[in-house]
Amino acid sequence: MSAVVTRLRGLLAAPPGEVEQSRAAAVGQLVLLYVLAIIVALLVTGALVEIVGGSLASVFSAIYTGSIGTFGAVGQTLDSAVPVLIVALGSLITVRAGMFNIGQTGQLLMGASVATLVALHLHGPGPLVLLATLAASVAGGAIWAGIGALLRLWRNIDVVISTLLLNYVAIQALGYAVSTQSILQEPTPPGGQAGGLPQSALIPASVRLPHPGQYPNFGVGLGLPIAVALVALFAVLLSRSPWGLRLRMVGANPVASRRFGVRVGLIAAGALILSGALAGFAGGVLLTGSVYRIQPGFDNNFGNDGLLCALVVRDQPWALLPVSFFFGMIRTGGSFLLSTGVPFYLAQVLEGLLVLAAVFPPVYLERREWARRLRAARALVLKAAA
Amino acid sequence: MSVVDLTIILTGIAKTTAPLLFAATGEYVAERAGTLNISIEAMMLAGAYFGMLGAEVGGSAAIGLPLGIFAGFVVAFVHANFSHRLAANTFVVGLTLDALLLGLTDYFVTAHQLAPHQIAQTRVPLLGAIPAVGPSIFDQAWPFYLLFAIVPLAWWLLERSQWGLEVRASGENPAAADATGVQVNKRRRQALYLCGALSGLGGAFLSLCEVGQFTEDMTAGIGFVVIAAVIFGGWTMRGTILGCLLFGAAQAMGLVLPALGRSLNGELLLALPYLAALGAMIFLAKSYRAPRALAQPFTRGVA
Repeated sequence: MSAVVTRLRGLLAAPPGEVEQSRAAAVGQLVLLYVLAIIVALLVTGALVEIVGGSLASVFSAIYTGSIGTFGAVGQTLDSAVPVLIVALGSLITVRAGMFNIGQTGQLLMGASVATLVALHLHGPGPLVLLATLAASVAGGAIWAGIGALLRLWRNIDVVISTLLLNYVAIQALGYAVSTQSILQEPTPPGGQAGGLPQSALIPASVRLPHPGQYPNFGVGLGLPIAVALVALFAVLLSRSPWGLRLRMVGANPVASRRFGVRVGLIAAGALILSGALAGFAGGVLLTGSVYRIQPGFDNNFGNDGLLCALVVRDQPWALLPVSFFFGMIRTGGSFLLSTGVPFYLAQVLEGLLVLAAVFPPVYLERREWARRLRAARALVLKAAA
Repeated sequence: MSVVDLTIILTGIAKTTAPLLFAATGEYVAERAGTLNISIEAMMLAGAYFGMLGAEVGGSAAIGLPLGIFAGFVVAFVHANFSHRLAANTFVVGLTLDALLLGLTDYFVTAHQLAPHQIAQTRVPLLGAIPAVGPSIFDQAWPFYLLFAIVPLAWWLLERSQWGLEVRASGENPAAADATGVQVNKRRRQALYLCGALSGLGGAFLSLCEVGQFTEDMTAGIGFVVIAAVIFGGWTMRGTILGCLLFGAAQAMGLVLPALGRSLNGELLLALPYLAALGAMIFLAKSYRAPRALAQPFTRGVA
């Protein structure tokens, strides 16, 4: 055992002072750390399962069956991954611009609320109303994020704070809307009891996203190709367009960007509004693709999951695809935990532990590299002084 | 309104404000240090659950309190070291810890229900006899009286001590503080440890002294109300106390007024803390100064 530990220590050892690590070694260390971190997360989960008296094997088999065990499960997982993916794309854009939007939940809810209003009250051919609904969800999310952008430009209020607070305002606004007949609550059927459930009416069948399922049990909604197309679009825009370059400049050094003539305020506000638009769109896809009505708790934590997905990925839009699929796996796999006798909250715990495990390696290595550079610089100064 | 009604209202306000104030005192210190700590929810839940667990294992509710404080401290330890030693994104860590602790406590409490424990109320001899105020403020469980010591002590610690000076400097201008020898990230971590301990105490107070039981998602978002209170209070101790009182009162009104025959829009009351915080920042912008380096990570050597 100690031989294994010594060997691991050697593999993970930092290179001596002035020598820069070779790229292969750096990547190797990163992968090794990821593996170790994930093992630790799984061990902790195993311990939790043991405490409760379950068996880790049955837990993982349940998660596997629920998430990718059958074709139908894969379809469900993909459907669960789509909102995460869309929200994560928006979050990635704001992170590139160097600002932080925590308001995805509120923007998603606002987008979905406006979309519900349109879906329920606009009359016309189904596909057109569907388009209008989705457009409304984009607008709703964009406007909600726009409030945060406005507060930043007008009163210099930090985006983090304003979007965080606006989340809870949105949650309560939704709660009010679905409890009030005149706004969103479904009308009580005649003869039914007054007061009704706090939820909206179901949106008409013609306004729902089609599920082009070819195989009998593999019905994935239209949301998936739309989401992937969006990722492709923004991957290209972010890396090859002038806008993408300006975004990156603003994120890296706003002061220098302003000197170069980049309109920092506009770019940053635009990024925030865009991410709100995407979060709202995710709400619209959720509404028209799977839930079909709005109620308190509609967001189902998709906002937070999307944000975490983007922060785990950090920079590569294409990497959002597997990571969001993974988040979807935890959702659908977690719902199967009920059959094992282990409380299904374990899925949430597992997700949290895995996110921490995924955050740890790059951050740890960055820190170590930074400390090494400082030491090398200091050694250089001392050598010159001597 | 009769004296009895007033007493009921004041008692309700005292009960809802106390956990907020414990956690807000800690968050006030943490935010003045420059860390925007959004894992208060996690710290309070940890304090609430492990407080009850300690009471069950130890046999008395008084043993649960230190365990709750320690649980909050552990959460803060993870948060602080990820955010201010490893330079991870503090919001990722905070949000993840929130979800993690929520899942963890729900998980444990579903697997094994905790027996109820409640600390009895103790009445302060003379002060408890004052007509409306007495029974509401001076007839509470004994940890409530800790507030009278903790709040001024935290204020003194931050505003009058050497440690507090370094903490405030870390929040206003970490680069300058670093140049004068202040260990910025260490002070930020210590501020977070204090926040964790106090939030854990607030959570333990909630479960052990008020409800007497641990239920799933017990805190239900009051961690974020605490953040709103500190922001509403303009990052001063007096403002934080006012914010907690106001938001505690709003929460209490929602519970108490229906019993007294009146009703208020429930959602508006719940949204009030956040609207008030936003409103304060918008309309009092000149006097509401956030610590200049709030939510900005600091790495020595980077401008």
